[in-house]
Amino acid sequence: MPVFYGTEIASPLMLGTAQYPSPAILAEAFRASGAGIATVSLRREAGGGQDFLRLMEELGVPLLPNTAGCHSAREAITTARMARELLGTDWIKLEVIGHTDLLAPDVFQLVEAARALTEDGFKVFPYCTEDLSVCGRLLDAGCEVLMPWGAPIGSGLGLSNPHGLKALRAAFPDVPLVVDAGIGLPSHAAAAMELGFDAVLLNTAVAKAGDPAAMARAMAQAAEAGRAAFLADPMEPREMAVPSTPVIGKAFLS
Amino acid sequence: MSAPKIILGAGVMGLAVATELAARGVPITLVDPAGGPGTHGCSWWAGGMLAPWCEFESAEEAVLRHGQGAIGWWEKNAGSVVRNGTLVVALGRDRRELDRFARRTEGCEQIDGTRIAELEPDLAGRFDRALFFGREAHLDPRRAMQALQQRLAAQGITAQPNAPTAGEIIDCRGLAARDAVPDLRGVRGEMLVLRCPDVVLSRPVRLLHPRVPIYIVPRGGGVFMLGATMIESDRRGVVTARSVMELLSAAFALHPAFGEAEIVELGADARPAFPDNLPRIGRAGDRLYANGLYRHGYLLAPAVARQIADHIENGTKGEFWHETDDQR
Repeated sequence: MPVFYGTEIASPLMLGTAQYPSPAILAEAFRASGAGIATVSLRREAGGGQDFLRLMEELGVPLLPNTAGCHSAREAITTARMARELLGTDWIKLEVIGHTDLLAPDVFQLVEAARALTEDGFKVFPYCTEDLSVCGRLLDAGCEVLMPWGAPIGSGLGLSNPHGLKALRAAFPDVPLVVDAGIGLPSHAAAAMELGFDAVLLNTAVAKAGDPAAMARAMAQAAEAGRAAFLADPMEPREMAVPSTPVIGKAFLS
Repeated sequence: MSAPKIILGAGVMGLAVATELAARGVPITLVDPAGGPGTHGCSWWAGGMLAPWCEFESAEEAVLRHGQGAIGWWEKNAGSVVRNGTLVVALGRDRRELDRFARRTEGCEQIDGTRIAELEPDLAGRFDRALFFGREAHLDPRRAMQALQQRLAAQGITAQPNAPTAGEIIDCRGLAARDAVPDLRGVRGEMLVLRCPDVVLSRPVRLLHPRVPIYIVPRGGGVFMLGATMIESDRRGVVTARSVMELLSAAFALHPAFGEAEIVELGADARPAFPDNLPRIGRAGDRLYANGLYRHGYLLAPAVARQIADHIENGTKGEFWHETDDQR
């Protein structure tokens, strides 16, 4: 199971908590899936969201507050400090948006905020791209986990650059890696885990499904299957057919 | 004879309970610190859509089932319900949202541009596809509450600022009842009222959008209610710049003439909700309560009022009856 900043998590599935039809259905999705971490957005709930946060605390999983909707390092740092105060955790999912339409990370501001927050004692989970040098800078800034996107937030497009994610895994074999955003189907979650990622983080695919609990369970099963497959050292794909029973020595060649 | 029942709160819930009990001849006292419905209650800021079929997109099945009776109840008790249905549209790149919405709801008709133009001539040429929920209706929430208030006044029932000391309490205070009713939370909603004589709409129009879904409800006389945000927060009172920008840009996308509209009003309040976003009737200490109507105040108040009146008349516990673990 994934280990983030020394804490072992019960499942490779991490779930967001926005957009569910009701908190009761949200809680059901967590129960059905056994998801290991719940991310919570603080920005828009500032001043008045305590009731919802209390419900999230009742989920019984570690909460990972995020800085969703922040567009600058400064904004993100303020939000992170507020989150630490409100939730009493030094974990922060750092999100600094650079492009409104794609909700793409602003990697420059991200690195800056990651450095400042690490110096301030935070354990930073950066929402980033799969760019190798950006990821290297984030590690230099003190991050001990990386969360590259699979595809834009809420798009459900899956892994748009599997080669990039694979290269990232190869470049940083010992860093916990999470595919964050873009996962729309269990097969996407399994694919990320098959690449050797440690966890997947998703929200819309579950919250906006017709049956969120059933989809959450499917995602958890897929993530676990993908992880098991990675650990089982899968075969290498090849161009030629390879018969599973020997051909030579048979009475008739077919 | 026992003391009159004391209904706390003259918002949509309290007025509906008062109306229902008065109709059954149960003596009541209505109590509201402001002397009646007003800006202090979240039902003042509501959209007034009687749209159980559309709401089924994200609401439980009970909302669809119990909401359908609301149209007739409001017609009977407050008049001025407009039965023109609801139109649901989406902008070009979000068109697939229409399919999802149609799949998750009931009772809609897929219509084309020609039919859209017949229903809403001002939207002619702007959308080539829409969903039409023909059985839905809408009302003006403030007028509807005032109509209930006037009918009650005609029966000698007016809201008092203070509760009498004797009599069973029926707590209908919405979010203010958090001091007595467990598990209530606030879900913030923000709305705008626009005056835009250049646009005429005959029915509520919902604009689907993955990030900012909005609805526009015509109030007549070129006035429109534009809503509403759904934010997990109990903060009331002020509308944020971000919400105004989001709501207005969506309205502008629906029809550019809204760009020239006059902003008549900005409002925000917090809806009372329980964790499953369904209403509850129950007993908390010395009182009965009806609460948690969430975004379905006008849609579900009649059904909840009926159930609480049935309970008072003959002890039945309706579908929204809720018991805590130690009450069971």
